[in-house]
Amino acid sequence: MSALLLDRLQFAFTVSFHFIFAPLSIGLSVLLVLAERRYYRSGLEVDRHASTFWLKLLVATVAIGVATGVPMEFSFGTNWSNYSRFVGGVFGAPLAIEGLVAFFLESTFIAVLIFGRKRVSKRFYYLSAWLVTIGAHLSAVWILIANSWQQTPAGYKIVDGRAELTSVWSAVINYSTVPRILHTVFAAWVIGAFVVISISAYYILKGRHLQFAHRSLPSAIVVGLIAAIMMPVIGHWSAVIVAEHQPAKLAAMEGLYTSQEGAPLYLFGWVDTGGERVIGPYLPNMLSALADLDLYSEIKGLDAFAGATPPVQIVFQSWHLMVALGMLFVLVMLVAGWLLWRRRLAYHRWFLWIMVVAVPLPWVATMAGWTTAEVGRQPWVVYELMRTSQGASPTVTASQVASTLALFVLIYALLFVAWMWVVTGIVRKGPDKVPVEPPRGAGAAAVGAGAGAAGTGARAAATGAPEEVSS
Amino acid sequence: MSLEWVWFALVGVLLALYAATGGYDLGIGVLYAFLPRSDAERGVLRQSIGPVWDGNQVWLLVLGGALFGAFPLAYADSLSAFYLAVMLILFGLILRAVSLEFHGHGSPFVKELLDLGLFVGSLLPALLFGVAVGNLVEGIGMRAAGGGPQTTSSGLFSLLTPYTLLTGLTGLAVFLVMGSSWAALKTQGDLQRRSAAARSAMQIVLVVLVAALTALTAVTDIAKEQLSNGLGGPAGWIMLAVLIGGLVYARWGMLRNDDWRAFVGAVVTVAGLAGVGAAGLYPNLIRSDSGDRLSVTVSNAASGNLTLVLMLVVAVVAVPVVLAYSIYVNRVFSGRIAPEDVEY
Repeated sequence: MSALLLDRLQFAFTVSFHFIFAPLSIGLSVLLVLAERRYYRSGLEVDRHASTFWLKLLVATVAIGVATGVPMEFSFGTNWSNYSRFVGGVFGAPLAIEGLVAFFLESTFIAVLIFGRKRVSKRFYYLSAWLVTIGAHLSAVWILIANSWQQTPAGYKIVDGRAELTSVWSAVINYSTVPRILHTVFAAWVIGAFVVISISAYYILKGRHLQFAHRSLPSAIVVGLIAAIMMPVIGHWSAVIVAEHQPAKLAAMEGLYTSQEGAPLYLFGWVDTGGERVIGPYLPNMLSALADLDLYSEIKGLDAFAGATPPVQIVFQSWHLMVALGMLFVLVMLVAGWLLWRRRLAYHRWFLWIMVVAVPLPWVATMAGWTTAEVGRQPWVVYELMRTSQGASPTVTASQVASTLALFVLIYALLFVAWMWVVTGIVRKGPDKVPVEPPRGAGAAAVGAGAGAAGTGARAAATGAPEEVSS
Repeated sequence: MSLEWVWFALVGVLLALYAATGGYDLGIGVLYAFLPRSDAERGVLRQSIGPVWDGNQVWLLVLGGALFGAFPLAYADSLSAFYLAVMLILFGLILRAVSLEFHGHGSPFVKELLDLGLFVGSLLPALLFGVAVGNLVEGIGMRAAGGGPQTTSSGLFSLLTPYTLLTGLTGLAVFLVMGSSWAALKTQGDLQRRSAAARSAMQIVLVVLVAALTALTAVTDIAKEQLSNGLGGPAGWIMLAVLIGGLVYARWGMLRNDDWRAFVGAVVTVAGLAGVGAAGLYPNLIRSDSGDRLSVTVSNAASGNLTLVLMLVVAVVAVPVVLAYSIYVNRVFSGRIAPEDVEY
């Protein structure tokens, strides 16, 4: 294998692995703030234990996120030195700013959360939870500013073969920055919400930690519902910008080989790359309608970008998988929201089981979306400015990259096992028990009472009324 | 005073900040294999850096980002030229992060593995950072290329010369001085006494290594060049004074059993070392081994003015804020740690 291919594999592998943990940290941080808010307002032990429980999950996740994030900061220089030389003047600044404004907040105040419960005031502890959450979101903002500049570069000029910043505003808020930040952050919220819902639903099904589960569910369902509904809205905005600024990516997403007026939208399908067509059901004219609000507008096909087209099958499939899952999440969260509203969640065990096992799906969707964005950008590393093949480090050899890639695979596999093991252990142990628990052996009654508590939990979170939780 | 000069100084400050903060927790990680004599003592050492190591490490990320943004050529050429060494540093940092954070969850066997991970994961960066700096100073193979000089190699063993081994050992020694000073400040009882003894011994080793490094530099033509760079000027003398002042202040603290002053002295020492190295390098960022024409300098590596101004504004606002809240939070965790305080 060539050094270039190995460089690409190593970057894809390390960044994808990191991207398992980074969005979960962001999503969980939001639910941690809400849990800590419940404790801050109620002062109840059960709420403190709940907050501590979600913190433990967050800490295990952030630990892997930090460990696998450090190599990313340096990977542009180690494996992509020609890329770094070319873009550093624009691309480096957001990485530096990310460290200063985001990582410090997150790492400093998560230490307060881990070690400071007895050392700082309740107010300062609550504030620290907010600062961790803000830090986690700011890191998403800045890394996506950098990444969006690769997708839709703006605010620069080329001087002596290097990109030089000419407008901070245009480079930072480039064409795709805002929708891509929102889309990614809401995706992270969906992941966080699904994890919290999954664990809470599991406890309800097993009749364990009922009070905890019913107090954690409402906020997770609300966050998940908002985020799941926002995803297609922002996603559409994002796709319109792709249509305008990265037409080759859009053509690959829909497998549109020839430019045409009134282009169709495929529901799903298989790209016959030899025959240059897509086999599958489609809605006529819908791609034109969605991209331009015009049933008969012309959409450029891959034929307009000869020699500079992304791999069509991967982009087509990942894009359609993401959209299908996104729609499924809206449906599932609407049902969850309805059942929560009607206080019937605990009576529909089949639905709770769906929520338990559905937990990997948001990751699948997020990875698929990310694949669409990044593979769809190919062959460019900076859209229409530099090809990925021009960006690699010229002196780093194939055998060197092969050896580091092998080590990354080995170490990250161990990390994944360790993380799963720790997370399973945390979930199996559950939150610390409050001394006064409802009596055991009253299974059905507990589930019924739990159903009521789901409603009161929502109200208790809003009002902080402690007497409602004494059941 | 040009913007490039300001950014060179700022990169130096970020390097010193990482060395001053990350240095002591790297040192603790290495000493972890030697100082403690029981699980309880190991727990105390882990606890002493538990709340701070992650924040300390962010200075390294900021340093990387700042170098990338301000001097892209220096970032790209040094990291690709030191490819395998950098990867070993990164694998080390991964290992120690996980070893620290997951220690509380393991079975006894896993805990032993994690103990080893913390040691190896700290030793690799603690040694290789100095080797990397030594290579920047001694010079690496460079060639002319579009956009500025570009590195010609990426091997691991070509990085190891007598000179760079000595800079690596000097780096390791100063991290050990800092680590043992931190341990002496944060622990109590027998572990504290052993830490203080290690602190005193390691400082003598450090002074010997710095003297040897100075001698080795003096007999090569590096010294002449360094003196004609920044080292001969006022900045060089100030940095030398800081280095010697740090060593003396730390010694004075040790003799009076003043652990706080000894630690502050160690921090000043590492800042002085970084400063002397930077002054000797200026205006180069990476010295070419085949003449000045191919060196990566502040002028041929710098980004455009707008990038430098933007990052400067952010740094001037954010760095003091970060320092303020880090210090505030670190005060929450001040004081000596007893075995019963260990939370992981």
